[in-house]
This record gives sequence, structure tokens and C-alpha cells, in this order.
Amino acid sequence: MTGPELLAGLRRLGFTHVVYLPDSETGRWDQDLAAAGSPRLIRPTREGEAIGIAAGLMLGGAKPLVVLQCTGLFESGDALRNVVHDLKLPLVLVVGVRGYLAFRQGQSQDTCPAFTEPILQAWRLPYHLLQPAFTRESWEQALESIVTSGKAGAVLLPE
Amino acid sequence: MPISLSDALAVVADHRGDRIVIPTMGAISVWPQLSDAPSDFCYMPSSMGQGTALALGLALAQPQRGVIVLTGDGSLLMNLGSLVTIAQHPADLWVILLDNGQYEITGGQPVPGGGRTDYALIARGAGLPRVYHFEDADTWRQSAGEVFRGTGPVFVWLRLCPRQGQQTPKPPRPMAEQIDRLRRELGVEPRAKS
Ligand SMILES: [Mg+2]
Repeated sequence: MTGPELLAGLRRLGFTHVVYLPDSETGRWDQDLAAAGSPRLIRPTREGEAIGIAAGLMLGGAKPLVVLQCTGLFESGDALRNVVHDLKLPLVLVVGVRGYLAFRQGQSQDTCPAFTEPILQAWRLPYHLLQPAFTRESWEQALESIVTSGKAGAVLLPE
Repeated sequence: MPISLSDALAVVADHRGDRIVIPTMGAISVWPQLSDAPSDFCYMPSSMGQGTALALGLALAQPQRGVIVLTGDGSLLMNLGSLVTIAQHPADLWVILLDNGQYEITGGQPVPGGGRTDYALIARGAGLPRVYHFEDADTWRQSAGEVFRGTGPVFVWLRLCPRQGQQTPKPPRPMAEQIDRLRRELGVEPRAKS
């Protein structure tokens, strides 16, 4: 999926801000996100902070998307718990799952993919795991189903 | 003579105008006695350290309102990077650091660097353009007009007297009610049920 395709989908779904910590896959979107103006790109310093910023945006009536890597998901646990389960805000996450393809083939020493889904289950956050080489349509469908649910959820990008 | 928490917050209450105020942690034990406006958001239950981040998001979503966040030193130390983010995304945000050198509600244990850390230097180093530091109540009160004039982001470091024997404060109303009240005040549609 190209940056312009990504942006068209985010605009169609009404996202106003992208709170974004790049990984090597989602990092390809950086220039297009930065140039877009709308949705507005916010660059936080860590993932828990990203979720805090998204909470403030949602309280103020904006509609943010948080993009992070699975390592950052692990880092952000308490912020996620608070925003989803205490504040009950409809947080939407996109999580890049580092090393997922190699992990599925039993060829990864990386521990990240082993813990991503169990962590999301433990935090009771519904998620959609996209297929490798996912299409723009499947990505937008997954995001849209979270948005229309009005509840928090995540889309996992296998890397 | 360090400033008492009550004196520190009374000055904020006098100068907040119609800005949104976000008390966190120990500040929640005092703020509701000074104000019960719909634009108050007592961030409790919280994720410690996320007050500055939440305040930035709110200030970006509501640029016409302005936001004041009341954060402790222990909380800010958990999210120092948020000062860099605030400098990078300018908004009408006042970060009021209530520095008592301790983790107050867990029994007054010292925070790392208590009494030694130069938070004004950290804030300037993060790129914040307007940074103030006050160690006594009179100077804080006399300077507050200037502090709250103009545009943000603004960082204010207040050196406070430590307090002992504090319990975890209770917010004035449940979180769901606080959110609905704030969003009504801001003219934002009601929270989707999660
Ligand atoms: Mg403290």
C-alpha cells in the first residue's frame, strides 16, 4: 500500500490525526504523512505517550489513529489499559508485528511476534491480523470495522 | 520558602480564564476545593506520567480553548520526552510542574534527583520557548498575570513544600461523568460507549 493510498483511506474514515512512531515497514509512509496536512501528523517520543496524546485528542472531539510497532505496544501497556478500560475511549491502533512472517515459518529468533497477540488478548483489545501482502481493501475493511464498532481495537500488520 | 500546594493552585484558579484545567495525582486533593467548572478534568484513574501527553492532545483538538495541566515531579520524570513533543507541536498549553521532591501519595518517598534536578533547564533544552521558575508564593502570585498572558506552550516550575500522610485522592465525580461533562462543555458529541 502506498502513502497516497493510505492517506485516501484515512481521510475516508474520518481520521483527523496520525500519532506515529515509525518502524521499518510503516516508515515508508513517513513522507506522505508529513506532507499531508490532513490528517495531521503528530510525532511522539514513545508509545505510551502516543496513546496519552490520542486520549486527549479523542476527549477534545478529534479522531486519531495511533501507529506503532509491537515493541512499542509492549512499552505502552499502562497507557493502553487506562485509555481503553478506565476512560473507555475508542482508541484505534495499527501495530506493525516485527518478524511475524519468519516467526510463522519457524525461522525467527525474534520474541516480538510470539507475544503480540497474547498481549492484546490480555489487555482485552480486539484486533484484526492482516494477511501477508495484504491489499488496500483488506486494510481499509479492518480499520473501518473498528471505527464503525465505536470501540477500541487494533489492526496488526504482519512484517 | 517553598510554596504550599494550596497557594500554588489558588493562583492557577485565579488566572485560568476559560482554559481547560487537568489536575493529576496530588493536585486532585486540592483543585476541587478551588473550582468545579465543567472545563476541569481531574485525570484519575490515570496512567502515571500521561497527564502532559493527554493535555497536549486536548490542546491540539481544542486550539481555541487552551489547556493547563497540573503535573507532579514524579509524573513528569516518567514522561520527560513529552516536553520535546510539546515543543515540536506548539499549542496553547501551560504545563505547571508541582515539584515537591517526593512521590506524595505512596508515602513521601524521594523522587530521583529531588532538589537537584533543574527542570527549567530541561524544559528549555526540550525547546520550550517560555519557561518560568518560582520558589516562593508571593513571586508566583505577582508573576502569574504575565505567565498566563499570550500563547503557549509555557512551562512553569513551582518548588513546593513536601506533604506527609497523603492518601490517593478521589476525583470529584466518576470518570465517565467527567468525560461527558467536559465534552458537553466543549460542544463535542457524547463519548461512544466502549
Ligand atoms: Mg511529587
